[in-house]
Amino acid sequence: FMYLILLGVDERRVDSRTIYVGHRACSATEAFIPAKFCDNRIVSSKYTVWNFLPKNLFEQFRRIANFYFLIIFLVQVIVDTPTSPVTSGLPLFFVITVTAIKQGYEDWLRHKADNEVNKYPVTVLENGCRIRKESEKIKVGDVVEVEEDETFPCDLILLQSSRDDGTCFVTTASLDGESNHKVRRNDLESLYAAIECEQPQPDLYNVSVCTAQLLTKLSDLLMGLCRSLGPENLLLKGATLKNTQKICGVAVYTGMETKMALNYQGKSQKRSAVEKSINAFLLVYLCILVSKALVCTTLKYVWQSEPGQDEPWYNEKTQREKDTNRYLKMFTDFLSFMVLFNFIIPVSMYVTVEMQKFLGSFFITWDKDFFDPEIKEGALVNTSDLNEELGQVEYVFTDKTGTLTQNNMEFIECCIDGFQYKYRDASSELDGFCVTDGPVSKLQQKAGREKEELFLRALCLCHTVQVKESTEQGVDGEVIHPPQEQRGFIASSPDEVALVKGAMRYGFTFLGLESKSMKILNRNNDIELYELLHVLNFDPVRRRMSVIVRSKSGDTLLFCKGADSSIFPRVRQEEVERIRMNVERNATGYRTLCVAYKILSAEEYAQADAGLREARLALQDREERLMTVYNQVETGMSLIGATAVEDRLQEEAAETMEALQGAGIKVWVLTGDKMETAKSTCYACRLFQRNTELLELTVRTLEDGQPSREQRLHDLLVEYHKKAVQDAPPVKAGVTRSWSSAGHDYGFIIDGATLSMVLNSSSESNSNSYKNLFLQICQNCTSVLCCRMAPLQKAQIVKLVKNSKGSPITLSIGDGANDVSMILEAHVGIGIKGKEGRQAVRNSDYAIPKLKHLKKLLLAHGHLYYVRIAHLVQYFFYKNLCFILPQFLYQFFCGYSQQPLYDAAYLTMYNICFTSMPILAYSLLEQHICMEVLLDNAPLYREIAKNAMLRWGPFVYWTFLGVFHGLLFFFGVRFLFSNPALQDNGQVFGNWSYGTIVFTVLVFTVTLKLALDTRHWTWINHFVIWGSLAFYVFFSFFWGGIIWPFLRQQRLYFVFANMLSSVSAWLVIILLILLSLLPEILLVVFRKPRGPHARQVQLNHTQTHTHTHTHTLILSAPLFSSCL
Amino acid sequence: MVKQEQEIASRPDNTAFTQQRLPAWQPMLSAGIVIPGFVLIGLAFIGIGVALFVTSQSITVMELDYTGVERTSPCFRCSDPNVKNCVCQLDFSIASLFKGPVFFYYGLTNYFQNYRRYGVSKDDDQLSGDLDSFTSPSDTCSPYEYDSNNKPIVPCGSVANSMFNDTFKLYQIVNGTKKQVPFDGKGIAWWTDYNVKYRNPSVTPLRDAFNGTVKPLFWPRPAYELDPSDPANNGFINQDFLVWMRRAALPDFRKLYRRITEGDYAQGLPAGNYSLEIAYNYPVLSFDGRKKVVLSNVSWMGGKNEFLGIAYLVIGSLCIVMSIIMLIVYAKFKFPEEE
Repeated sequence: FMYLILLGVDERRVDSRTIYVGHRACSATEAFIPAKFCDNRIVSSKYTVWNFLPKNLFEQFRRIANFYFLIIFLVQVIVDTPTSPVTSGLPLFFVITVTAIKQGYEDWLRHKADNEVNKYPVTVLENGCRIRKESEKIKVGDVVEVEEDETFPCDLILLQSSRDDGTCFVTTASLDGESNHKVRRNDLESLYAAIECEQPQPDLYNVSVCTAQLLTKLSDLLMGLCRSLGPENLLLKGATLKNTQKICGVAVYTGMETKMALNYQGKSQKRSAVEKSINAFLLVYLCILVSKALVCTTLKYVWQSEPGQDEPWYNEKTQREKDTNRYLKMFTDFLSFMVLFNFIIPVSMYVTVEMQKFLGSFFITWDKDFFDPEIKEGALVNTSDLNEELGQVEYVFTDKTGTLTQNNMEFIECCIDGFQYKYRDASSELDGFCVTDGPVSKLQQKAGREKEELFLRALCLCHTVQVKESTEQGVDGEVIHPPQEQRGFIASSPDEVALVKGAMRYGFTFLGLESKSMKILNRNNDIELYELLHVLNFDPVRRRMSVIVRSKSGDTLLFCKGADSSIFPRVRQEEVERIRMNVERNATGYRTLCVAYKILSAEEYAQADAGLREARLALQDREERLMTVYNQVETGMSLIGATAVEDRLQEEAAETMEALQGAGIKVWVLTGDKMETAKSTCYACRLFQRNTELLELTVRTLEDGQPSREQRLHDLLVEYHKKAVQDAPPVKAGVTRSWSSAGHDYGFIIDGATLSMVLNSSSESNSNSYKNLFLQICQNCTSVLCCRMAPLQKAQIVKLVKNSKGSPITLSIGDGANDVSMILEAHVGIGIKGKEGRQAVRNSDYAIPKLKHLKKLLLAHGHLYYVRIAHLVQYFFYKNLCFILPQFLYQFFCGYSQQPLYDAAYLTMYNICFTSMPILAYSLLEQHICMEVLLDNAPLYREIAKNAMLRWGPFVYWTFLGVFHGLLFFFGVRFLFSNPALQDNGQVFGNWSYGTIVFTVLVFTVTLKLALDTRHWTWINHFVIWGSLAFYVFFSFFWGGIIWPFLRQQRLYFVFANMLSSVSAWLVIILLILLSLLPEILLVVFRKPRGPHARQVQLNHTQTHTHTHTHTLILSAPLFSSCL
Repeated sequence: MVKQEQEIASRPDNTAFTQQRLPAWQPMLSAGIVIPGFVLIGLAFIGIGVALFVTSQSITVMELDYTGVERTSPCFRCSDPNVKNCVCQLDFSIASLFKGPVFFYYGLTNYFQNYRRYGVSKDDDQLSGDLDSFTSPSDTCSPYEYDSNNKPIVPCGSVANSMFNDTFKLYQIVNGTKKQVPFDGKGIAWWTDYNVKYRNPSVTPLRDAFNGTVKPLFWPRPAYELDPSDPANNGFINQDFLVWMRRAALPDFRKLYRRITEGDYAQGLPAGNYSLEIAYNYPVLSFDGRKKVVLSNVSWMGGKNEFLGIAYLVIGSLCIVMSIIMLIVYAKFKFPEEE
């Protein structure tokens, strides 16, 4: 019989696993080899010491560019080509080495991080002994002991808890961001058990993990006694044990199979938009390259077909050449041309870009403005690949709790019977009300004492808060109760705690729930007892909750608290007016709740009690029935007051949001929180303004009236679309998008349930049109609020926007593990080094201590990085185009023989030495507009929006410039060489002199072009620009001044020196440099002034540029040039 | 990663560099600087341009094509490749004094000395006097590495092999008699080529070094007998050889042949009739090339070249025009930054 069971297990191994607790398998199964599970090691690193070299090389050569250079190198080795393999091999080697070093370093960091997790000591019970082990050595089936405030090292099934009731509390803050405490239960008593559970699955929320079958004892096994385990028995890795001294649990999923690991795998490589632009440009240049090679090859054979040209007597072919097949020769000729022109695709650009990103990211880490004295940390850069993406952000998706707000609910004020009470100072006025002269009570009025006490009792009773049992650990850094508070409360919603605490400050302390009765310490330090009869739970549709209690005196009371909109219709109208004003005043910024009560007569209570009981026992439509009863009971109440709770905003949250919006960035708030809370935060952050018209698409609006939700959804979508999209004034695309919609602001609110309806609509066609409608509405709103979002939905939204038309650049910012999915999904993920664990930081691309740092990160750093790298890329293509174009043109004058114009040393050194340092320095130090101005003028951010500097327009401009310069260099010297007798002694110059003159002009021009573009000359810029030129001159002298024993041909011997002895050469060099730069100089003259002195002008400029016609003429040039 | 955070836990360095606050010069190319700058540059360029143009105009150049394509040409007879040791005579007259020193160039057109394979077809080791390379020349010299008897060719390679071997003698016809104009063959090649880059092997007599080698196939005489009149002008440091070995940049080129600096002609070639005697050896018609001699004097800017002067004048005037335009724009609209 047992054999059969095990067989059954075996067969089902594919989708389930059997775990023997403590590895104590029953004797009969000893023959059965325990299944092999993975160990508890977390591996996020890519390489080991052994496979680093081959794996890294393989990955590097998977990049098209590197592979291309490898091919070129091989061609040079194999085929007879004009340049030696060194010319391309050396740069390639350089690139590969630098990249390998960088990636090795990054992987080393990952190894360190992994080790920290894997070597964390844990306690494992083995045969009754407690053994300290490293976390990575936990095996499936091990019994692990975890103490309070420790995180679970792997996914565990709870076996035993130190609490009497066999439960334990956990906080899954680092998993889903919810900082409230959840109860986990144990159903297992024995250690002789086998657990069967499904194979690991990543779904964090649908934790039907253990379709577990439990075989409690050996005897049970034989009897086939099973118990089922559900998600409430599973303790997930990453969660933290709270309020429980210690627990024991058996490891069921370990290492990479834990829910957490399964959820956080797939951190894919993000690529920046700039990189995509580079690749597009690369393709263009590849086409140019191939067509150049094709043109030359074709022309060569056309030219050779003329008599006498193929093999003039002075240039006889070798025997081998004569023997080669004609087509093979054509092919090798083509390859030779490719090799000759391959410098047009800049090898060194990749290494310079990599270095720029790598070194540039240090400026973020170094920035002392990002240093937070509280946590004593600065910003952290996890990926340097995305620096420039920070300057391109169009959508910011922000988490609310912990990101916009401090997740620190605080009782701000209350209004009792129309009189406003503001809580001022916690310590000094603990025992009294402080009445402020608000607009309601102009005199120092107070409500009657009776009313006050009723209100406070209501606050103390109407909640589902639990008192935290004092433990030996004492004060801990709980999110929901600040350490200065003596008493800790645990609740599923932090504002409930805030209310209870608020009541406490006014003298009414909730002492706890003991055997169905709630204990309250009132102002007179008397203990009041109330019997808790019913809790009418909160739900988002009703938006209120109630309790029914019986006081000592025997009165049955109903206390109800909820959103104003849900309370006002249910209370006597004359009471409403007095409080409404207060509520509305507080509605922007605070979360307001109204409190009402009602005394239930005996019959009323009996009726309600019966109704509730019946509804709870109902098997069908329980929810609806309950709702009906709730609604029946919660009527005819009298309003006693209102409360205002503030979730304190992060420092400068509103300013940051304003700056972002000013920069043309759309801010979407994605939160798991309730709509009211989130909305009030949005108001407080000025994401929603007073005049913002809110378009709401939530479960509540869908419930209104209409028979079918689908229908209602459709109607609303269409209506909103009409409002926000069709009727909106036509907005110019691009830079001025949201700026001009200042006429009418729309804010959009959607909740998770509705979103899933929109995204997963029943019919396929609807789904798509809904999605489009939704997107269009959202894109026309200044801010969007998505509440009640599951983490995956957050990612879905990000993905939706990311893949929408124009593929805008998205940025996600969050602090909790529930934000990880959207952080990973967005183009740029930013983690806040908040209180909710480290997951967000670990998975982010950048981590900053506070939300306020986002402003500088985007507006200053991002802007500058983008401008720097965009210029770097364009400049690189430009300088290589005008480097190679003369070489191409020279083919027309040398019989298409692949004769290089420049010496091999120049070919190799051009990109590595002569022109690389100035652009690197530029791309690290340039501040075309200084940081302060960037921070003060958020709209400047729009100037570079939509990849403005790397669009085809600027690219064509730069290409044109390169072609212009290349033509100028070549033909300028060509005309000079129409008489090669350039020295005053009548001697003539040869081909290497020709190339050297062109090259000299080239190096000087491209360097001076960069100098012209440099707006920010630090000593480093001076050093590298003038240093590079000096180095070129010095090198040329040196290279030509010595007979190099390792060179087979001393081509450049004294060529440079001789060139300098010719006045004509000097004159032509000066002429060509000046002529090339002339258009640039003119552009610079007409360019908008910038820099610190330009600040005033800048401001004037923004004001004047609409009304002065005169400016437009002059500004047409600067506007053009400013995006180049 | 946690470790890393701890490392940077200390406050970031507050230096100008790390905070991107290095003192910086922000160039403001305002109109106030640029307009006078343009005027200055323009004037300077025009000045240089005028100087160049005038100088270039003052240079006299005389070109004589002696390929002999036309039947009427005195060298027509020699252009037949089957005619050996042909000498032809070209008469010309100079109307006024051809100011000296006069430089005598020969020129070739449609001749691709810059052909890649041609260019690499030489052995620099050999040419710097390395005797090992005499016996085994570099394979880059192919197909002029060994002759049919497998003897090494010295100097090897296409470039050396195709050395220009027409010779010229210039006579002034004075009262019906030919008076030879003395040529100076020194200093026509780069000083460094003659003194450093190209070296004869240190074997005396020089011809011993060439034992076991053969002369380039095209050459009438071996390298050590290139200039019978001057023993120091033989081997690899023969000036004509050096001039030839410095490859021309373009397919139409000229190379310095001789200078006329001596005797009666130090001041130049006086007006009168001249006769150029050409030993016609070099075949060019097979590849549709042309041969010519060029007589020219030079100035500080080298030979005659009108391009530079004109270019300077154009750019100079362009600068002036631009500055005028800018001035107009400036006067009319007042640049905002000048307020």
